Amino acid sequence: MPPVETPAELILEAGRESRHYWRDLWRYRELLGFLAWRDIKVRYKQTTLGVAWALLQPLVTMGIFSFVFGVLAGMGRNDPTYPLVVMAGVLPWQLFAATLNGASGSLVANSHLVSKVYFPRLIVPLSAFGVALVDFSVVLALYAAMAAWFGAWPGIRILLLPGFVACALLIALGAGLWLTALTVKYRDFRYIVPFMLQVGLFLSPIGFRTDVLPNWRDLLALNPMTGVIDAFRWCLLGAPEEFYWRGFATSMGVGLTLFVTGLWYFRRTERSFADVI
Amino acid sequence: MSSVPAISVEQLGKRYLLGHQARPDTLRDSLAEGARGLLRRWLRGAAREEREEFWALRDVSFDVARGEVVGIIGRNGAGKSTLLKVLSRITEPTSGRAVIRGRVASLLEVGTGFHPELSGRENIFLNGAILGMTRAEIAGKFDEIVAFAEIERFLDTPVKHYSSGMYVRLAFAVAAHLEPEILIVDEVLAVGDAAFQKKCLGKMDAVARHEGRTILFVSHNEAAVAAMCGRVALLESGRLVAFGGVADVLQRYRSSWQEALALRIATPWLAWAGLLNRSELEARRGGEDMEFRFRLRGGTRSLADVEIDCALVNERGEMVVHSRSRHLAQTHRIPANAAVDVVYRVRQPNLAPGNYSLTVYVRDREQELLWVDDIPACRVLPTSALFPEVPYLGDARGATLPAFTLRLESAPEAAAS
Repeated sequence: MPPVETPAELILEAGRESRHYWRDLWRYRELLGFLAWRDIKVRYKQTTLGVAWALLQPLVTMGIFSFVFGVLAGMGRNDPTYPLVVMAGVLPWQLFAATLNGASGSLVANSHLVSKVYFPRLIVPLSAFGVALVDFSVVLALYAAMAAWFGAWPGIRILLLPGFVACALLIALGAGLWLTALTVKYRDFRYIVPFMLQVGLFLSPIGFRTDVLPNWRDLLALNPMTGVIDAFRWCLLGAPEEFYWRGFATSMGVGLTLFVTGLWYFRRTERSFADVI
Repeated sequence: MSSVPAISVEQLGKRYLLGHQARPDTLRDSLAEGARGLLRRWLRGAAREEREEFWALRDVSFDVARGEVVGIIGRNGAGKSTLLKVLSRITEPTSGRAVIRGRVASLLEVGTGFHPELSGRENIFLNGAILGMTRAEIAGKFDEIVAFAEIERFLDTPVKHYSSGMYVRLAFAVAAHLEPEILIVDEVLAVGDAAFQKKCLGKMDAVARHEGRTILFVSHNEAAVAAMCGRVALLESGRLVAFGGVADVLQRYRSSWQEALALRIATPWLAWAGLLNRSELEARRGGEDMEFRFRLRGGTRSLADVEIDCALVNERGEMVVHSRSRHLAQTHRIPANAAVDVVYRVRQPNLAPGNYSLTVYVRDREQELLWVDDIPACRVLPTSALFPEVPYLGDARGATLPAFTLRLESAPEAAAS
């Protein structure tokens, strides 16, 4: 049984805040691992393309954006490594999109568990990290290959990359918590996700660098992913670019707000999930 | 040892709100509904939003001592599953409270979380984790689980290729190796083949006796309840109506069938006056003819061209027999202010063991006259004149248990082409 001493008494009462919620979450960490592992396993078992599938989407996005922004808009005129610049933006975006997608559909996809077994419900959207991170590492390997090709190795800054990965996950989870809890009650929220991701793809600085648009930089930073994408470029491209603190702080402010309110809404509605799912 | 109960339930209640229409499923519906509500309020003053309440559980209180095995019985919709869901922390009570002292595991379904694409081995770990076991624990019991399920050869086959029997056996095997202090089990034992069911019950029983595990156990299977439980709780319409010794409560459960009659359609022209030979029908064996005699009392006018439907319904609410006088090309007359006895005889209905209720529906050419549901009708014992060799037939799960033969013939070899 769970390794930690269980509370001597468990009291079930209306409106009672589960006192041990966070401790329970910790005790159920293995379940979190198993759910993530299941999703990864199933994802790579069911698709014949497997890894190729995880590569295809970022490659195509990179190709199109490099062409549109780098060639047509002329932003990459003096920069032969422009595809790498785009890829450094695709990388966090892909992570964000996969996490948001997984997390926002997670409760409904696991409704048979939610209505039959107790566990802290937060585990379900959290388990979306698994597939997203595996896909991310595949794309990261692709990035490494590209960086080798262009001979543009990242410097010591890459050590900060895990921190920015965590930022992307936090933002995606915040939005995902909102959406998955709302989807339990209102099924049409699932249609919002593809739409949001489509809009986000164009509003985020994936095909262009924000430093070429100094007047717009602060406005763009209201999109929390802007800060993360900028930070990824700062980490990976090794250019002497200054870290744009104001933009990053704005983005993370928005992101944290999203996360905290998402968590609050999720926890508030969590108790009735089994009744309405 | 200690006198503190493992489970204390105090005036537990669970309310569901039933929308007047179906619950709005989309945000758009919900907004539209809200707007309509506002409009209605403006037009008609502050009419309160009408939502129907439904108490699935109401004021339920009982204690379960440590190491005790308690059965929960009741008819469909009596609140058994809701009670288990509340005690398993899946849903929150609306009122009252429950205190649980000890580690709980609940088994409301067999094979929760099994994934068809994953192999048996992988599903053992996944399902174990879902039921609350740690990886180390599952690994420690892995061989035992596999042996119990008898699926060694198919361990690495995706479970989507399993036969339903193998699937259920594997799922049971994982569940049977749970080791909580308190185990909450829904009617999961209704599936699976009889021999394996017995094996699981035996395992649960042994653990309860030797390791002092507390078990709360919902079942329709009176025999299983009688064999395993020390005390039984009887729920009716969300309320606890009896809690005590097995024999008493099971008796009460059976007799509760007698009070259950439901008048669906009542008119002044025809009244239900009771099933007359109830006592004869109390303990029947399968394979016999059955005769139901019931009385109808006519009203102030005589009725002609009367059609009568009779149906037998089992405990799962399935209509097993439906007989219509129209099929006999008959109509009947019922004189005014007089009683008639209807004799409904079924030749060898071959009912499976269990309790049955009778439904009677009467109409004439113009209108419906009477509809009575849930008339406690008969109890069929788990023996049958058709199968004299076998003393116990409670493991048949069909709605009827007709005579049959089974033989093997040697297949003719396919002709060589």
